[in-house]
Parts: sequence; structure tokens; C-alpha cells
Amino acid sequence: MSVPFYVSPEQLMRDRADFARKGIAKGRSAIALQYADGILFVAENRSPALHKVAEIYDRMAFAAVGRYNEFENLRIAGVRLADMRGYSYDRRDVTGRALANAYAQTLGAIFSSGGEKPLEVEILVAEIGATAADDQIYRLTYDGSIADVRGYAVMGGPAEQVADYVGEHYQEGISLAGALRLAVDALGHDGSSDVRELTPDQIEVAVLDRTRTQVRKFKRISEETLARILSESRPDTTPSESAAEAPVEADATPTAADDSPEASPADDVPVAPPEDPDDDRPL
Amino acid sequence: MTFDASGRLPEAFLTPGGSSFMDFLAGHAPDLLPGRRSLGSADYSNDVPHGTTIVAATFPGGVVMAGDRRATMGNIIAQRDIEKVFPADEYSAVAFAGSAGFGLEMVRLFQVELEHYEKLEGTTLSLDGKANRLSALIRGNLAMAMQGLAVVPLFAGYDEDIKGGRIFSYDPTGGRYEETHFHSVGSGSLFARGALKKLYREDLSAADCATVAIQSLIDAADDDSATGGPDMLRRIFPVVGVVTADGYQRLPEDDVADIVDRAWAERHNRPDGPASATLT
Repeated sequence: MSVPFYVSPEQLMRDRADFARKGIAKGRSAIALQYADGILFVAENRSPALHKVAEIYDRMAFAAVGRYNEFENLRIAGVRLADMRGYSYDRRDVTGRALANAYAQTLGAIFSSGGEKPLEVEILVAEIGATAADDQIYRLTYDGSIADVRGYAVMGGPAEQVADYVGEHYQEGISLAGALRLAVDALGHDGSSDVRELTPDQIEVAVLDRTRTQVRKFKRISEETLARILSESRPDTTPSESAAEAPVEADATPTAADDSPEASPADDVPVAPPEDPDDDRPL
Repeated sequence: MTFDASGRLPEAFLTPGGSSFMDFLAGHAPDLLPGRRSLGSADYSNDVPHGTTIVAATFPGGVVMAGDRRATMGNIIAQRDIEKVFPADEYSAVAFAGSAGFGLEMVRLFQVELEHYEKLEGTTLSLDGKANRLSALIRGNLAMAMQGLAVVPLFAGYDEDIKGGRIFSYDPTGGRYEETHFHSVGSGSLFARGALKKLYREDLSAADCATVAIQSLIDAADDDSATGGPDMLRRIFPVVGVVTADGYQRLPEDDVADIVDRAWAERHNRPDGPASATLT
């Protein structure tokens, strides 16, 4: 008769957590930032088709990092839950809190069950309210822990370094263009020796915009629109790795000031869903 | 909608599957689907509110859909300001005649079905795809249709491929038929269609097309007791939806009131409405 090796519960959980953390750190980062009119999502993502940020419901969005098949499954479950609640109750009864709670229970149950591999994902559930003070961002980790975040959240890849950069430069009520510039710069400051300058085709951007007239507030920002905003917010487009910190610092203030005059004539191409030709509001 | 004891999402939510919300409900919560209820064998056609007349007509670059505001229950007017024309999604409109309760439920489910697909797939269904989903929904209601609770929708939308509007009609068994230029369903539809035949032209502007639709509804109300004409005392006028490349838009109340007021004034001179040119 063989006696199984004894593994302490602490050790078991630590091993599972290490496993999940390593998987998540291998990927690239995603950022969610509260700005004046909503919540901005920026993720480094080279695939134009496999999204890390997606719409869940009218005022809710989902962002994730880690293994695509795992978080995609969670996203679909979230859409099903939201649509089902909205259909059986009312659209207003679909809340981010309920969804975050369902995710937390699911992640937690999978993490602590012996039979299943812990999910190598970290997700955000964001919901915009009538004002910035009512916005909610929930951050959920592989073990089902849930945190209510204010301001900004960074996950995946070198999350700590990126979060440090955002933390240094973030201020409440930041404009969309300013927030976008900050997020893109932050993704470049991943702790490696030289600062990367990300191009629009490497970034996935979406917003929950409370000023949208439609019921559904989620909107993707196309590569062209993104390129336009980024070039406007940085007039001296001379990407050089030596000029790493200086221009970035310098443009944090002009950005905020710049974008109000620039904004009105901006011909923003709306990106589905749902497409929205009237919605040519400034970014 | 139940959770297991741990609060964890039920297995059905995490099971990879199709992109249809109706199929998901059929597997996980069939009681939420219309058409799954058993009624016995009576005829209920006079016991519940029924919506009446809907018209739709295309114009270059889009389509107009309009519905009167009356719901009847046998000889009783059940409601005078019911709305029967809705956006199905950004680029299509759906309206129903027939059993109002089931009709409203069907529209709601259809809206979620389209939005659900869009969110899961990241792209919208083709207009034909949407029309077929509506077919499937009606087919599920067949048993009730046979007991006097039929819902007959009319579906119209902007088709990106042909850059114009298209109209689809249905029968209670789920049959789907594409209509050219214009169509009408509901109790007053015969009269409305007669009026449309005489007033419709292919080169109408969106505003003129809306006028033609409203004129045909007034004609329907003139001859069909179940169709509500414009309520001039309470200022209750038809709901008019316009779908173009810019998406669905409900014609503002004031614009509809303008059209109705003009048509009404004209009808003081000629109660039968505009005369079409004869023998040309």
C-alpha cells in the first residue's frame, strides 16, 4: 500500500498561485483608466481580431489578460449572464457588481478545486455611472480575489512597472486624449532598459463613453483615429530611444491643454458596436 | 436563472456553444422562451389585446415603417397609444400585428438575440440572417397562433450590400417573404395596401415616404374599425421609424404631427385622401 506524499495546503495554494501568476506575467499589459467622460481601455495586442477588451452590456465592459481561450470563455459567460438578466428583469438591473461577483465565485471555485487547473487570467469588469464618481472598476485575479479600483488599473505582463508610470502621471478628470497618451506611454515603460514607442497597430483601444447618445456606451477606437489622436498629442514626432523620459514628461501638460481646440473638428470614425455616424464627438 | 450553491456561474454559461441567445435560453431556461406555454384548446382571439395595422415602404437609400396606435380586444379598444414599431438593432426595424403581449415579448427577445450575436461575434448578422432569426422565433409560437394568438411581424432594414432598404413579411408558421417596395400587415392591411399602391412611387424622399405611409394608415383607419386613426383630440399619432445608412431613427413627434395635420386639413376638402392621377 502506497502512502501519498503529504503536501501542506499552504504549499498547494502557493504552487497554484505561482503557476497562474507566471502564465499571466508572460503576456502583455492592459490598462483601464477613468477619464472625464468615462473609462478608457488600452491593451497591447497585436491581433486585430482576438480582442482583450470587449462590450458586456449597455454601460459595462470587460478587459482581460492571460490565456485567450480561458478569458474568452469568461467573457462569453458574462455576456450571457448580462443579456439573460436584462431580458428577464430590465436593462437597468444589469450591474457590474453582480457580474464581478459571479466571476469572483467562478474563479475562486476553480482555483481551490483540486481537479481543475487554475485559470491563468486576470480580468477587469468596468461600469460607468452618471458621473465619474459613480464609475466602478472591479479587478479580479486568478484566485477569485476582487478589488474595487479607483482611477486606474493595470494588469498582465510587467504590470507593476506600467502601473508605477501611470501612477506618477495620472490625475483625476484627465481628458480622453491625455489619458490615451498616458496609457500608450505607460505600456512602453515596461521596465526594460529602453522605452518602447508603441505604434497604433500594436494597441487595442476602446472606451465606455457616458456622453454617447445611444444606450450602449461601449465603443472601439479604430487604428486611424488612434493614430490621429496620438500624433496630435505629440507634435514633436521624433521617436528616439535616447529621448525616453524627457518628451514624455513634457507632453503630459500640453496634451490636456491641446485637445480642447483640436477636439471639435475631429472627424472621429465610430467603430462598432453599434456603429453610430452621428457620434462624431471629440475624443 | 439559478446559480449553484457556490455562486459560481452555472455550467451552461461556461460551455462553448453558439452565438444565439434563443438557443442558449432553450438549453438553460426554456421557460423564458415564448411559445413554450400550453393553453388548452380554447380560442382566445377576443380575450387579449391585439395590435392592428403596420405599413412599410422603401425609398432610395432606406426604408420607412409606420404603425397605428390602437390595440383592440374584441370590440373594445384596449389601448389607444400602444407602440408597435421598434428598432431591432442599429440598422433594422421590427413591428408586429396580432397578439400584443406575445408581440412585445417577441420583439424584446429578437432585439436581445441580435445584440447578443453582435457582442459574441464582434460583427452584425446580415439582413437576411436577421430576417431568418425572426422566422425561427415565430415558428416557436405556432401552437398559440392556431388558438388565435398569432403574432405577424414585419421586418425591414438597411442592407449594406445593396445600399438600400428591404422589407420582409411573415406568416404565422414562420414563412418569410421578401416584399418589393411596400407591404402592410394587420387587420387594416388590405386598405392600407390599396392606398400604398396608388400613392407609392420609387423615387420618394424619406419625408414623402413617411407621408405616404401615414396617408395609408389613415385610409386603413377609415375602413377598418380595429385600426386607430390619428387621435386629433389627444394628439396621438402613428409611430414612424426610418432606417437609412445612418441607422434607425424614430421620426420626431413634431414631424409626424406636421404630416398628420397637413393630411388632415386636406381631407377636409377630400375625405378619401389624395387622388391619384387616372389613366396615366
